[in-house]
Amino acid sequence: MQQRKSVTQEYTNSVLLNGTLETPKWWPYLVSILLFFVLVGIGLFFVQIYFGLGVTGLSRPVYWGLYITTFVFWVGISHAGIMISAILRLTQAEWRRPVTRAAEILTIFSLLTALVFPLIHAGRTWRIIYWLLPYDFSRGIWPNIRSPLFMDPIAIGTYLTGSTLFLFIALIPDLAVLRDRTTGLRKGFYTILAMGWRGNPRQWKMQVVGGILLSALMLPIFVSVHSIVSWDFAVTIGVEGWHSTIFAPYFVIGAVHSGVSAVVTMMALMRWGWKWNDFIRPEHFDALARLLTVVATAWLGFTFLELIFALYGLDAPEIALREMQIFQYPWNMLFLLFLLTGYIIPVPMWLFKRVRTNIALMFWSSIMVNIGMWLERFLIIVPGLARKTPFVFTWEAYSPSWFEWYILFWSFCWVTLLMLLFSKVFPLVPLFEQKESEVFSDSVKIGRANVPTIFREEEE
Amino acid sequence: MSKSILGLFLDPNSAADAMDGLKESGFEQGSFDVLTGTPYPEGAFGEHVPQHRLFRFPAFGAIIGFSASLFLTTATQLAYPLITGGKPILSIFAMLIIMYEMTMLSAVIFSVIGIIFESRLPNINPSAYDPRITEGYIGVVISVEDKDLNKAKAVFEKTGSEEVKVV
Repeated sequence: MQQRKSVTQEYTNSVLLNGTLETPKWWPYLVSILLFFVLVGIGLFFVQIYFGLGVTGLSRPVYWGLYITTFVFWVGISHAGIMISAILRLTQAEWRRPVTRAAEILTIFSLLTALVFPLIHAGRTWRIIYWLLPYDFSRGIWPNIRSPLFMDPIAIGTYLTGSTLFLFIALIPDLAVLRDRTTGLRKGFYTILAMGWRGNPRQWKMQVVGGILLSALMLPIFVSVHSIVSWDFAVTIGVEGWHSTIFAPYFVIGAVHSGVSAVVTMMALMRWGWKWNDFIRPEHFDALARLLTVVATAWLGFTFLELIFALYGLDAPEIALREMQIFQYPWNMLFLLFLLTGYIIPVPMWLFKRVRTNIALMFWSSIMVNIGMWLERFLIIVPGLARKTPFVFTWEAYSPSWFEWYILFWSFCWVTLLMLLFSKVFPLVPLFEQKESEVFSDSVKIGRANVPTIFREEEE
Repeated sequence: MSKSILGLFLDPNSAADAMDGLKESGFEQGSFDVLTGTPYPEGAFGEHVPQHRLFRFPAFGAIIGFSASLFLTTATQLAYPLITGGKPILSIFAMLIIMYEMTMLSAVIFSVIGIIFESRLPNINPSAYDPRITEGYIGVVISVEDKDLNKAKAVFEKTGSEEVKVV
């Protein structure tokens, strides 16, 4: 923590609330542009409902395409929150402080976005309700709990509810700060949400103990969510490349890889946008890059294990599928791009401290990882369906239409818009965590060197 | 009539002295409290260490979630007994997944209720408070009868309080 600058609580409030109590010049322009793209996307969604799924590139036998790829991608991004917030909180990692809130918000908004994709993918969106809620009581049909397509919304719903409550609990002390610094209607709003928070030892103890308790409860949910998403594919025995026992841990580690990369992207944007240079420092990017190097390498291991397990059985259709994925155009180009962007380019870059502490390079390398991770999901989902198999008489390669590409673009605009709107109402960096860091830090003289130190309370 | 007095301090040591002073002046431990804008190490102000029963909440929540999910998964399958591939009606593995999620969800919800309850929130009738507490000031607040007002004020003034507010 050598780059750390000692700041007062007043300074922390004034800087970290500059996006909430004031409006940065770029904010209204960016929000207007994003709102335009989001509204166009919503319009296109209704166009799709009117004309049907024929506006997409989906056709027999490829019925799961870009929409489901993007659904899996956003569920993956959502794993940022708990990976960063819960694990780092449990291990009391000091560098977590400016990262946790952004990661938790990213979890919630990416989950909300992920949930939209099965609705779009269904074509007749309203029919989704038949899977989830009992309908037609006269026939007594209930949801089929044996289907992963039912387990999936239950798991995502649990994760979304838990993450939202987790975020709310950690927000309460910051809501009190906002309550103390606003007037009129806004004050009333924050007063209600802060619930009369005063900051006595009992309340702070509950913040600390409760944060750890919720972290410990959220971790198993975090692991289960992407495992269940993977079973959407893995329990299907008829599609080569899907029916794999390694999918659950493979999906989880892939989700952590893309999620933590998304946090890096977001942290860089927050530092540039709101000028939070004193709080989001190169040392945080350094720590995130070290974590990413480990995660990415574990993920690469799973990628090859998945390939090896598939080939080891010498099952002819599996071998044919892998051959198509890796050697046949255009899949081979996508596979190469996926490996290059998912691992080969970014990870060697992160081995150098100069790159890890360079925010622009970290930003672009994190974007690269998520291009690779989106391609990974596309390469898992589509080739297995697109491969020509006996007794399938209508066969053609899947090519997403511009409609589907726009909806993918829409999802990024939507998440960014939600983030920007959130930043106008709530702080993106936890204020009390920053202030706590000030209380628990000092410097110790060892010989002639002044060494910055962080104290940690012993748990009884 | 009871009044609430708030002493504002900039230095944690002065706030701790005020807490000690109040104790020495005969005020009961539960009648005064320290308010800060950030967590301080436990016992930093010589305050009473709060006890809690937070861990009972998730356990209770988990039991409720488990029971509800067991009922839901069993009842929905029995309500529409469709035999698939000669397998039993109750699919234990599928049930376990849903039961796991609902148990965890209920544990999380009850934990959050527990955190709010143990934090004694919502607090609709807060005593003396100052917005500067969230800016780094440390507040020592005490509820006293009119007859003890001056005694408490004297402690705050003696220990270097920046300001004393009476509500």
